[in-house]
Amino acid sequence: MTKKTDKVLMDRLASAARSGDISRRSFMHFAAAAGMTASAATGLWGTSAAAQPSRGGTFRWGVHDGNSSDTHDPGTYVTRQMIFLAHTHRSYLTLIEPDNSLGPDVATSWEATPDAKEWTFELNPDASFHSGKPVTAQDVIDSLNHHRGDASTSAAKALLTDVTDIKADGENAVVISLARGNADLPWLMTDYHFAICPSNGDGTIDWKSGDGCGPYKIESGEFGIQWALSRHDGWHGEGAYFDKVEMLILNDPNARQTALVTGDVNCVSLIELKTLALLERNPDIKVDNIPSGGAITMPMHCDTAPFDDVNVRNALKLAMNRDEIIEKISFGAATKGNDFHLSPVQPYWPEDIPQREYDPDQAKSLLKKAGQEGLSVNMSVADSVYTGAVDMCVLYAEQAKAAGININVVREPNDGYYSDVWLKKPFSAVSWGARPTPDVMFTLAYKDDAAWNESRWQNERFNELLLQAKGELDESLRAEMYREMCVLMRDDGGTIIPFFNNWVYARGKGVERGEDVAASWSCDGARAASRWWFST
Amino acid sequence: MGDILGLVAKRLGLGLIILLVISVIIFFMVELLPGDIAEAVLGQGATPENLAALRKEMGLDQPAIVRYLDWLSGAVMLDFGNSIVTGTSVSQTISERFANTLFLATYAAAIAVPISIVLGIIVALLRNSIFDRVANVATLTSISSPEFFLGYILILYLAVKTSMFPAIASLSSDMDFGDLLYRTFLPALTLVLVVTAHMMRMTRAAIINLLASPYIEMARLKGTPPWKVIVKHALPNAWAPIINVVALNLAYLITGVVLVEVVFVYPGIGQALVDAVSKRDFPVVQACCLIFAATFILLNLAADVGAILTNPRLRHPK
Repeated sequence: MTKKTDKVLMDRLASAARSGDISRRSFMHFAAAAGMTASAATGLWGTSAAAQPSRGGTFRWGVHDGNSSDTHDPGTYVTRQMIFLAHTHRSYLTLIEPDNSLGPDVATSWEATPDAKEWTFELNPDASFHSGKPVTAQDVIDSLNHHRGDASTSAAKALLTDVTDIKADGENAVVISLARGNADLPWLMTDYHFAICPSNGDGTIDWKSGDGCGPYKIESGEFGIQWALSRHDGWHGEGAYFDKVEMLILNDPNARQTALVTGDVNCVSLIELKTLALLERNPDIKVDNIPSGGAITMPMHCDTAPFDDVNVRNALKLAMNRDEIIEKISFGAATKGNDFHLSPVQPYWPEDIPQREYDPDQAKSLLKKAGQEGLSVNMSVADSVYTGAVDMCVLYAEQAKAAGININVVREPNDGYYSDVWLKKPFSAVSWGARPTPDVMFTLAYKDDAAWNESRWQNERFNELLLQAKGELDESLRAEMYREMCVLMRDDGGTIIPFFNNWVYARGKGVERGEDVAASWSCDGARAASRWWFST
Repeated sequence: MGDILGLVAKRLGLGLIILLVISVIIFFMVELLPGDIAEAVLGQGATPENLAALRKEMGLDQPAIVRYLDWLSGAVMLDFGNSIVTGTSVSQTISERFANTLFLATYAAAIAVPISIVLGIIVALLRNSIFDRVANVATLTSISSPEFFLGYILILYLAVKTSMFPAIASLSSDMDFGDLLYRTFLPALTLVLVVTAHMMRMTRAAIINLLASPYIEMARLKGTPPWKVIVKHALPNAWAPIINVVALNLAYLITGVVLVEVVFVYPGIGQALVDAVSKRDFPVVQACCLIFAATFILLNLAADVGAILTNPRLRHPK
C-alpha cells in the first residue's frame, strides 16, 4: 500500500464502488489482490460506497408461504420458508451478488473447456459445515447427484439432464461433464435446489439433520412455525453481521404487516400491494420494491386463426396500455414488459430495444393490413393467475376498444387452470416464476419443440440462435445473440408481456442494507440474514 | 354410582366404534381429493419420472385399502405411523401442537366459563334492565362477527394503537409462564369473546325458565332476596343445560380455532391439519381428525355425567 500505483488502483476501485460498477464482494476481491488487508478494504468500502455494516443483534424475519409439512430435502424445496432457510443455513457453489452478477460461494472460481462441455469448479478450502467438517469435493458431488439419476425425486432434475458425469479433481475441485456445451452452468448452480449438504459417504447426502455450510446454523425450530439460528463462526463468506436470526412463518398477510408495524419482526418478505401505499406512509418502515424476473405473459397460439397472422399479434401487443395496468392493477409494483421474456434484472438483458408503447392507431392500421378490422377474440383468465388478473384483462379489453378490437374476457375456474386452460385455449394469461438465465427460460417456453411452448411459436432463426448461444463462451457474442432473440420475440413472437412483477418487502426501524439488493428472490436474493445489519 | 361407571364404560366403547367409522370416512375422503401427495410435494417442478420415484418412495403404489389396513394395524397399537411427507413420527409432530391448542383452550375457558356463568346469573337477576340489554347486545355482536375480524379489531386497538400486547403469539420454549400468558392474551381474549354469548344466554334462559315454577314462587313469598332465589333455588336445577352448552363450547375451543391460530400465528393443531390436508398427508390428517372426534365424544360424555351428578333424581334412580 506504500507504492503510488497501489494508491491509484485503490482510488479507482473506490470510485467504481461509488458509482456501483462493482459489487462489494468484487471490491474486496480486487482490494485483496492489490495487497490490502481485509479490514482495511472493508473500511475503504464503508467510506466510499455505503454505511459500514456493524455486527450484532437478533434479526427477526417474518416470512410468508411456509407449511408444517415442509422439509430440509433440497430436492423438494418449493415454499419460501424452505428457500429463505436454505440460503441462511446452507451454501451453494455460486451465488447471485447484490448487483445481480454471478459471484463465488463454495466455489471460488470456475472455468470451462472451449466447447463449454466440461466445467471445473475450485472449492473454497475454508468452507466448513456447522458440524466442523470441511466441505470437500465429495460433498459437492453427492449434493448434485441428489438431483440426478432414476431414483431422484428432485424437482430440479430437469436442469441437470445434460450432465453426464460429476467427478472430483483432488479434495478441492469438482469437474462436471456435459453432453452438450452449456455456457450457463455456473449460473444454474445458483438454483435454490442445489444446496451443498454433507455427504453420508455412500453417495447420498445427509439432508435430514439440517446441517449446512451456510452463514447461520440451526439451533432449533420447526417447519411452519419458526426457526432460531446463530452465526456459524467458520463461514467462508463475507457478511453474517447479525449474531442470531429468528425466522417466523407468518402466512397471514395481516399478521405479517401488523408484526412489522408493532416491531415484533424486523423484516417481512411480502407486502400486500393493496396496502402498500398506507405502509409507505409509516416513517419507520422502508419498503423495497425490486424488479424481479417473474413475469405475467399472455400467449396467443401462433398456429390458430386469427393469431397465425403476425400483424394481428402485433396489433394486440400495441393495443395494451401497460402503464395504466401497472398503475391500477399492480399498484406500481411491477416493471414494464416489452414482449420479450427477459427482465432488466436478469443476465443478457438488451437495453437498447425500444419500448413498445400503447398505440391504438398503429394497431388499427396493422389490422387493416391483415384484413381483420373489427377483430373479436376470447381471452381466458382466472383469478389465481395473479392478484387482480381478471381485472387486468378487463382493463386491457377496454384499452383495446380504441384500436377497434373486441376482447371477450372469459373467466375460467381457478381449479385446474394450468391443466385445462393453459396450453389449450388459444389466448390466455399466465404467471411465470423467474428462471436464472435466458437460456433456461427460452428453452422451457419458446423453443419450437418445448412441451410448454405456450404460444406454439415456430421461428427458425430463433431456434437456431438458441442452440448456438447455449454453448457460446464469448460473452459479447452471446449477448448479441440473446439481443437478436429478444427482438424476434418482440416483433414476431406470440406472447404479450404486460409486466414483470416486483418483489415487494419491507424493513423495520434500524435495519440497513447495502446499496443494491439481488433480484433473484425477495429479501436480497433470500440472503437478507447474511447481508443486512442493524444500524448502531 | 355403579350406574354412572357403567354408563361411562358403555359410552367409551361406543366412542371407539365411532372413531373407527370416522377413520374410514376420513381415509376415503382424503383419497377422493384431486391430485396426490407426490404432486403436492413437487409442485411446479413435477415431471413424470420424479413423480413416479416419489410415489414409490412414499408407498403410494400400493392400493388404497392396503395402505388403510397398514395404518389401522399400527393405530390399534397406538402407533400412528410417520408423516408421509416429512417422514417424522406423527405422534411427535402432533403432540406439541395439540398441547399448544389445549393450553390456549384452557386459558380461554378459564376466563370465559366463570365470566359467562356469572354474567348469565346477573342478567337473569336484572332481566329486561338496561344492563341485561347491553350485555346481550355486546355478547351477541361479538358472537356474530367472524373470529378473525374480532382478532383484527383487538390487534388494532390493543397491539398497534396502544402496544399493550404483542400482535403475534410467537411462542418459544424458554418463556416462563407469565410471559406465555401475556403473549397469548389476545388470541385467548378473541376466543373468550366468541364463546361467551352462547354460554351466558343459555344460563340466563335456563334460569328464567325456572323462575315461573311454583317452588320459586314459594321462595319469593317467604321473603328470600332475589339473588338468593336465583343462586340457591333456581341455579341448581338449571345446571344440566348449562353444562351441555359449556361442553359444546369447550369442544369448539379445541377444534374450531384455526382462524384464530392464523391471525395470531399461534402454532396449534388446526394449522397442522390445514397444512396436512393441502399436502394430502393422510396419517397427520387422520391423527388430527381422530383427536377432534375424541374431544367431542369425551366432552359430550363429561356433559352427560355432569348433568346426572347435578340432578338428584338421576343420581338416585328408584
